[in-house]
Amino acid sequence: MRYRNKLGAAVLFLMLIHGLALFAGFFAPYNFAEQTRDRPFAPPTRLHFVDDQGRTHLVPFVYDAADMSDSSLHAPVTRSLRPIQFLVRGTPYKIAGVFSANVHLFGVQEPARIFLFGTDALGRDQFSRFLYGAQISLMAGSLAAGLSVALGGALGAVAGFYGGHIDECVTRMTELFLAAPWLYLLLGVRAALPLHVPEWQSFVLLVGVLGLIGWARPARLVRGIVLSVKERQFVLAARGFGASDAHLLCRHVLPETYGVILTQFSILVPQYVLAEVTLTFFGVGVGEPVPSWGSLLSVLQQYSVLVSYWWMFIPAIFLVPIFFAYFQISDALQEHFQSVPL
Amino acid sequence: MRYFARRLVHALVLLGALSFVSFLLLEAAPGDYFDEMRLNPEISDQTIARLRASYGLDRPLLVRYERWLRSTMHGQMGYSVAYNEPVWPILRVRARNTLVLAGTATALAWLAAIPFGILSAVKHDSLGDRIGGFVVSAVLAVPELVICLAMLVLALRTGWFPVGGMESAKIAGSSFWSRLGDTGYHLVLPALGLALITFPVMLRHVRSAMIESLESPFLRVARAHGIPRMRLLFRYALPAAANPLISLFSFSIGTMLSSSLLVEVVLSWPGLGPLLVESTLSRDLYVVVGGVMLSSMFVIGGSLLADLALFASDPRIRVRG
Repeated sequence: MRYRNKLGAAVLFLMLIHGLALFAGFFAPYNFAEQTRDRPFAPPTRLHFVDDQGRTHLVPFVYDAADMSDSSLHAPVTRSLRPIQFLVRGTPYKIAGVFSANVHLFGVQEPARIFLFGTDALGRDQFSRFLYGAQISLMAGSLAAGLSVALGGALGAVAGFYGGHIDECVTRMTELFLAAPWLYLLLGVRAALPLHVPEWQSFVLLVGVLGLIGWARPARLVRGIVLSVKERQFVLAARGFGASDAHLLCRHVLPETYGVILTQFSILVPQYVLAEVTLTFFGVGVGEPVPSWGSLLSVLQQYSVLVSYWWMFIPAIFLVPIFFAYFQISDALQEHFQSVPL
Repeated sequence: MRYFARRLVHALVLLGALSFVSFLLLEAAPGDYFDEMRLNPEISDQTIARLRASYGLDRPLLVRYERWLRSTMHGQMGYSVAYNEPVWPILRVRARNTLVLAGTATALAWLAAIPFGILSAVKHDSLGDRIGGFVVSAVLAVPELVICLAMLVLALRTGWFPVGGMESAKIAGSSFWSRLGDTGYHLVLPALGLALITFPVMLRHVRSAMIESLESPFLRVARAHGIPRMRLLFRYALPAAANPLISLFSFSIGTMLSSSLLVEVVLSWPGLGPLLVESTLSRDLYVVVGGVMLSSMFVIGGSLLADLALFASDPRIRVRG
């Protein structure tokens, strides 16, 4: 039962990540747009257990940022100590865009600040932006993959089931969509759409474009299965009993394609998350100030950021286990459904 | 041969359809290259209208498509507004650079994937194979963008490799060989990055194809005949595994070009990728159409080539076809 273990671990991990993303407001200490202008590119805040007097604390604490503006160099610096507090009230936020709340998992008392991943050029907390960015990136990936699979599945099923001109038409269309390399196609389609749009529109646009690009492969696979299934005995029998086309499709033919559809979905989701990251990196994806994983990476295009601020790479490093889990799932599904006779 | 003639015609029709669909799509595109000018109060509406007319942007879709087809026949592929010259000369240089990069990386990736794939297939399910498999899936999970950025950091931190462009600035006047060496030096980093991106997928396919061919009955018979191990591997098992690998090659061209686009943009290799991103952002639409068409031509051409190779390598197809 290696299959189940592998799948289970990966699914559990991804559910955790999705939970973090869904409750980003709770887990993130700050809002994604909240700026601390006097601390651009601050390194990750250090958590201390031992204070200046050598006393050990059970709860980690941070120091206030040394105030540079009016410090006379000769005065002894007294740093005040701010322990990390849990379940604190802070900036209000919304969960899933509906429920309002203002309790955060952790935080420190003002004026100290806690930046687990450091800050960006405007002094925005990278950790919070990473969590909020997960919302956009993961949602874009899943929605677009769902769109692709639904579209491809429907077209492929209809083409395979009815055959004739419909089939010919759909098959030619898939050829057209499979001819161009997907990133070129993506940019080409993106070029035909407005460049400067409000954030939520650009999100919808992105999901639409991604979803429309990738429907061809699922359509082909589904069509192939439908072609073979519709000649099987039980389908012919049902037809003989006078079942309607719609009933045959939904009740007898489509269930045979669920394995392939699920597998394709699991392959497309990480691909689309990456596509979102790539497009936003190029500057044609989701716009500022809404963060996505792509916009977190796109600051690395600047030479100074790339060589000077290593902590700007932290989000990139956290992407690796997430994609690892995604690929484990799609591998396991592929293996599973290949060994199951269709 | 008739089969290939048919495939060729099919490919041409496909390209024609693709170009028409791109034009349809671009017709829906709001705005054009001159939109930025509209914001400038010193340029009057009449000037912009005149400029658009001079580029033929005010004509209806079908007229523009017909004109584009005609200019493609003359080897121009339309006119770039941003560069103010025909599209093809711009694309040609860029496409050559993309091919150099993608070709080198493909060669590198195959050269690495075949020996390692054979090795892990021969010793499959051993400890080494398991560890290798884990490492490969770990590399696969690193997003392409992150690999590119890591390459960039490596170059900037160590200074071992040049970053950006294909040639050093001062090399222009020197001999052919030193220029070739210089370009090769610039090629190292992007080609390595691209090869690293494509390597894991290829390795997996080589491994599974080899396992399948190693476990087939004819190979057991050959082994029972006492054919030496090396000869068995390379003369018997590998050719039998060639068919899925050639198909993989034809499938992977599209992904290869997509990854190449990313590598080119991040590591500023002057290929099709940066040009396409640039012209997408500036709405230089003929260049976008040209780039998409050209990349599709590579994919279609590549799959034709793969079919030829299959024809040559697989007796089953030869006899049937």
